[in-house]
Amino acid sequence: MADTIAPNPNALDPNASSARLAAGPRGKKPRPVLAPRNIMLYGALIFAAIYYLLPLYVMVVTSLKGMPEIRLGNIFSPPVEITFEPWVKAWSTACTGLNCDGLSRGFWNSVRITIPSTVVSIAIASVNGYALANWRFKGADLFFTILIVGAFIPYQVMIYPIVIVLRELGLYGSLTGLIIVHTIFGMPILTLLFRNYFTSLPEELFKAARVDGAGFWMIYFKIMLPMALPIFVVAMILQITGIWNDFLFGVVFTRPEYYPMTVQLNNIVNSVQGVKEYNVNMAATILTGAVPLFVYFVSGRLFVRGIAAGAVKG
Amino acid sequence: MTGQANAGRPNQLLRNLNSKIASIPMILTAVVIFLGGTLWTVFYSFTNSKLLPRLNFVGLDQYERLWDAPRWVISIQNLAVYGFFSLIFSLVIGFVLAAMMDQKIRFENAFRTIFLYPFALSFIVTGLVWQWILNPEFGVQSVVRSLGWTSFSFDPLYTPSIVIYGILIAALWQGTGLVMCLMLAGLRGIDEDIWKAARVDGIPMWRTYVQIIIPMMRPVFITTLVIIASGIVRVYDLVVAQTSGGPGIASEVPAKYVYDYMFQAQNLGQGFAASTMMLITVAIIIVPWAYLEFGGRKRG
Repeated sequence: MADTIAPNPNALDPNASSARLAAGPRGKKPRPVLAPRNIMLYGALIFAAIYYLLPLYVMVVTSLKGMPEIRLGNIFSPPVEITFEPWVKAWSTACTGLNCDGLSRGFWNSVRITIPSTVVSIAIASVNGYALANWRFKGADLFFTILIVGAFIPYQVMIYPIVIVLRELGLYGSLTGLIIVHTIFGMPILTLLFRNYFTSLPEELFKAARVDGAGFWMIYFKIMLPMALPIFVVAMILQITGIWNDFLFGVVFTRPEYYPMTVQLNNIVNSVQGVKEYNVNMAATILTGAVPLFVYFVSGRLFVRGIAAGAVKG
Repeated sequence: MTGQANAGRPNQLLRNLNSKIASIPMILTAVVIFLGGTLWTVFYSFTNSKLLPRLNFVGLDQYERLWDAPRWVISIQNLAVYGFFSLIFSLVIGFVLAAMMDQKIRFENAFRTIFLYPFALSFIVTGLVWQWILNPEFGVQSVVRSLGWTSFSFDPLYTPSIVIYGILIAALWQGTGLVMCLMLAGLRGIDEDIWKAARVDGIPMWRTYVQIIIPMMRPVFITTLVIIASGIVRVYDLVVAQTSGGPGIASEVPAKYVYDYMFQAQNLGQGFAASTMMLITVAIIIVPWAYLEFGGRKRG
């Protein structure tokens, strides 16, 4: 299972590729840098890179222009007169419905959703993965299989039953409810991630601790947890970006005062009333994308490892 | 029984008790939500529930109504077109990018970072950026026109017949980086000796890729295919942000149909029937894959 879903994380590992380099040169003799093949190769790569960067560039330049300049100019031209007004407005005074306190409200909601959801889901999934890897009980594999197959079921199929369960518990519309939902839907991939990691650790380690009389929780906290720190970071990256970017659960399971940033952003930009302020919209869009982008640029290769494992989540 | 347990050998239920306690959330999620929730939805799709779920069975009525609804038919057509092109383009672009990245290029990290960053962004952000770039008044169309080509017309988001391609462009921008990464991992997993052997035999590079490497990467392709496909069926936020289903109902998708009927039109039965159809779509993709992938292994 793991091999098919997470296609060999080592292949993305820096050491693996440097090991390959060390193993000896591959390919034909080195050619001059300006060989036609290189020009084509780098030309194509640079062209692709420009295409991928263009939307980010357009977002940034649009957000720094005033509205008159946007109406006159073209979207690709750099701003003549740089203004930070749209950013201030997007953050603190843009309107959604009757509220005019800007995206800051959504930002703090997203923070209040993302942090507990990330902590709770990782705590549960790591203990669970450890139980599945080292303390197997009868039926565990069956439940785990259901969990993994369930990861492919469209969310729309399970949304309404969850609404009913949360309503019965009195949690529908609350932050707690949304945190539970994120924990549920993060569980398949996170459990898989931790189970595979703990299975890959040498079994002697676990056995030695058992012989020394350590129990379930003792082994988890004293041995497994410290050894699994990198995988915890991968899980955190996965969850923070995933939960921050969520839209569907935010809109279904919370009341408007708890709407996460993505939902509020969509409401600001796609609201029908008023004149469209494209610069404010783009500033708001960048602000919403800033957190996952920051996580992405800081985490680098760990992010790649996380998505290779988390691709299941879609 | 208890006496025995106290005597030293714990009974079946108490064995590994901590492990079982730790697995309670998983067991509840798997059984109650994933299994129970799915069965519940399928079950209630045969009722005429409106505002609240009610057990008033109407047979296949909801499904007949669903397939008679122009909006659902358009949703399915859109999903088919979007899904087909999305699969082809993301596999081709992803593979070509990965193959280029595998040529021992300089700045590999920089290129990877650039190709993958859109994947870190949400569909809402993606949809809104491309809504702006494809804006007919200010975006690509107006820029090209201002360069002198005044009859140039590229306005996918307001042209019903091609609006789905406007969404496709945004989706490809967001998702191809992931495919590239998966493909690159696959390429790096291929034995060096294969390349050497092909070179000794004088096989040109493109033929090595087409006839040797790609067939060898079959598992990677299939896994990627399943990942992209199950993402395609779920497409929702992107459409909401980029077009809100418009113009008219031209860019509706099944996931949006489900949401709108469940939470806005208060016609739960329709929502359940539509989501059951989504489930069937996913099953058609997943079951053969799971059979090939795991059925064979168990026998072997």
